[in-house]
Amino acid sequence: MLELKHIDKYYNPGTVNEMCLFSDFNLTIRDNEFVAVVGSNGSGKTSMLNLICGSIDMDGGSIVIDGKDISKEKEFRRMKYMGRVYQNPAVGTCPTMTILENMALADNKGNLFGLKMGTNKKRIDFYKDSLRQLNLGLEDKMDVKVGTLSGGQRQAMALVMSTMTPLDFLILDEHTAALDPKTAELIMELTDKIVREKKLTTIMVTHNLRYAVEYGDRLVMMHQGQTVIDVAGEQKKAVDTDEILRKFNEISIECGN
Amino acid sequence: MDWILTIIEQGLIYGLLALGVYITYKILDFPDLTVDGSFPLGAAVAAILIKGGMNPYLTLPLSFLAGAIAGVFTGLIHVKLKVRDLLSGIIMMTALYTINMLIAGTNNLPIFANDNIFKNPWLEKLFGGEIPSWSKVLIILIIALLAKLLLDFFLKTQAGYLLRAVGDNDTLVTTLAKDKGNVKIIGLAIANGLVALSGCVFCQEQKVFEISSGTGALVLGLASVIIGTSLLKGFSFIRATTAVLIGSIIYKACVAVAISFFDPVYMKLITAVLFLVVLVFSMERKKKVKRNA
Repeated sequence: MLELKHIDKYYNPGTVNEMCLFSDFNLTIRDNEFVAVVGSNGSGKTSMLNLICGSIDMDGGSIVIDGKDISKEKEFRRMKYMGRVYQNPAVGTCPTMTILENMALADNKGNLFGLKMGTNKKRIDFYKDSLRQLNLGLEDKMDVKVGTLSGGQRQAMALVMSTMTPLDFLILDEHTAALDPKTAELIMELTDKIVREKKLTTIMVTHNLRYAVEYGDRLVMMHQGQTVIDVAGEQKKAVDTDEILRKFNEISIECGN
Repeated sequence: MDWILTIIEQGLIYGLLALGVYITYKILDFPDLTVDGSFPLGAAVAAILIKGGMNPYLTLPLSFLAGAIAGVFTGLIHVKLKVRDLLSGIIMMTALYTINMLIAGTNNLPIFANDNIFKNPWLEKLFGGEIPSWSKVLIILIIALLAKLLLDFFLKTQAGYLLRAVGDNDTLVTTLAKDKGNVKIIGLAIANGLVALSGCVFCQEQKVFEISSGTGALVLGLASVIIGTSLLKGFSFIRATTAVLIGSIIYKACVAVAISFFDPVYMKLITAVLFLVVLVFSMERKKKVKRNA
């Protein structure tokens, strides 16, 4: 269980541009829950993910995982039990390394990176099997540099790589936003499959209201650092896109967007 | 023939430096000016140890170690104190000037009379008296190849993968639950170790430690890396590390040809101008590739 307790976050503190994003923000995410988070730009979605991952510091409150306060833990240490896929497909993979080398890197997450050979030949078949489920033909291009792949292919790889080792949390940061609609659909289906198979506790930020309604078992809408909608289970199933869109327009108009 | 051998010798000695610069410039994407200080650092360590009567071959790993320590400091300044990469190198380079002077005790320490890796009783025994002149290039070649092969091996290990990843995409290193700062520090340590090793061999070849021998070392290394990797890009079977060594020899040859028309005073100017030519030429190639893409 992940708990955000009484989070405060200011941007540009002490200047005329000071902006309070979170003030006493609370959110609890239960184990094996797939949460979709929507909201307008500047509503604090990505900041929330960055706070959870430790990419940015918070000004107050605490983040607790299974009763353990991780607020002071460094980002790279938290990543031991978290996986993250970013909006930019280039961030999830290494462009100058081959597909095989990228898979080998991801496979070794959590272990020591020592003087053993970087690619364990015995694992190649496993890598190929994991890539085969993408149906992108990547399993036949193991020695191709990832930099030559398309954004969709790279994002698919990033997703496979970030979920290769056992995780407690999967963080998806608008991971379909930079893709064309068809590829986005494919990545989204793939995400759902992986999350269900591995029973991952997942937080997905998205701008696509339909994905938020269709996928996941809890929907959170954020606005100005507050949750304005938070529905789960049967209640969420009853929600339809139009309803969310209406609410979304309401808050957007307020902001003048 | 002799001048060709000299070019190959010098090219391979600076090739070690170029291997170090390859790590920082190409892999880590870190413009590391420490090089101008860690090159004479290797030379100073070699000169003072040889003066003290140490086995000249032992100076090689010890110089590497000294350079690696310098690299660690540059890394710590950059990573822990959050100083910009270029400035971290400049700070270390400046500090090393004094440190090199303190190590050698003077700004010019000749070691003509002492044994070195090219001339010692052990080699004399091996060759049965007279040491042939070609043994020099052979010894340098062995050191350069050994360094290259070890670096090749390292880049294929898990730690090597991580090093390549950090220059490419350091966010990925964080998501792999590794501290990207530490990886950078290790990279800088290996790079400056190689640079100091280059200085160590250079010092024994010249039989003198010169405090100013590091001036322009980075330019030399960069030129070698850029010539090697852009000229031999089409040959995918040639490893980048091999290309860097070849690039270093080519660059030395160009400088040698150019210098034959001028007074030696123009040395650094020619080095700089040639580097500029190489840089502009390689950028032109890149642009063409982009336009055609």
